[in-house]
Amino acid sequence: MSKVLNRRTEVAQENHRTRRRRSLMTVQVVGELLITLGVVAILFVAWQLWWTNVEADAVQGGAVKQFVQEHQVPITNDPAAAAPADPAAVPVGTAPAHGEAIGVVYVPRFGATYSRPIIEGTSSDVIDTLGLGRYKDTSMPGAVGNFAMAGHRQTHGAVLDNIHTLVPGDKIYVQTADGFYTYVFRNQEIVLPDRTDVLLPVPTQPGAVPDQRLLTMTSCNPRFGSEERIIAYSVFDSWQPLSAGPPAAIAKQLAALQGKG
Amino acid sequence: MYAWLFRQLPGPLWLRILLSAAILAGVLLVLVDVVFPWLADLAHLTDSTVG
Repeated sequence: MSKVLNRRTEVAQENHRTRRRRSLMTVQVVGELLITLGVVAILFVAWQLWWTNVEADAVQGGAVKQFVQEHQVPITNDPAAAAPADPAAVPVGTAPAHGEAIGVVYVPRFGATYSRPIIEGTSSDVIDTLGLGRYKDTSMPGAVGNFAMAGHRQTHGAVLDNIHTLVPGDKIYVQTADGFYTYVFRNQEIVLPDRTDVLLPVPTQPGAVPDQRLLTMTSCNPRFGSEERIIAYSVFDSWQPLSAGPPAAIAKQLAALQGKG
Repeated sequence: MYAWLFRQLPGPLWLRILLSAAILAGVLLVLVDVVFPWLADLAHLTDSTVG
């Protein structure tokens, strides 16, 4: 009698142990999966905040160098030689194919070495890696109307990270195959993401006939969010052909970029 | 789970370590090349365009 009882207790204990081992194993697998998920989440943040910048900076630095070296200009310190050409004769280029380079933008306010490529198109394949993207339905640099481009505030090169530091009067230089276009920063505003009217020939005024040559830049706002967009408007100031050399403010930078390094 | 997976790998210890490093690198590549960009597009955390 007691033997049977002992046997029963043993079986019960054995069952209990198996169940315990199983549930322990489940807990362990779930735990390891959760740890994995946590590590992947950290990796995602690192990728987004750091690696996309490394990638974009490398690609864009190369693109700027390539464009500048393919369009060699004389570096001159002679102000007479660099005198702005007749503003009535400002050339306007034709838009290249999607993803192709239009030129390079220099913004001394963003740093003495700040230069980024301007690329045709605003889809993520352009602005995530290649540079500032030109909105396809807007004007080309130098044209009467609105030349608009978009760039990331954070991540993917943080191309327009310092857009909020622009001060009215700051110069923005756009170099294309046709010459150097100088724009002067006028003002900025913060709008909701669906406000496409900032891209109109006369921003926010549908149907108005433009008489100014504008440059509009859009980026996300706040810096680490995208609930709004920050818009920076600049007004055309002058143009000079490539043969006249770069505007004095970016001459040093261009000389460095043109170096055969 | 990972201990069990490690035991399933063939070969001597050094080969298994090498294999797990290779698998880890592969997983990382898939994450960075496919999963993270997809996730970023989905999340709209960095949209910079209007419209």
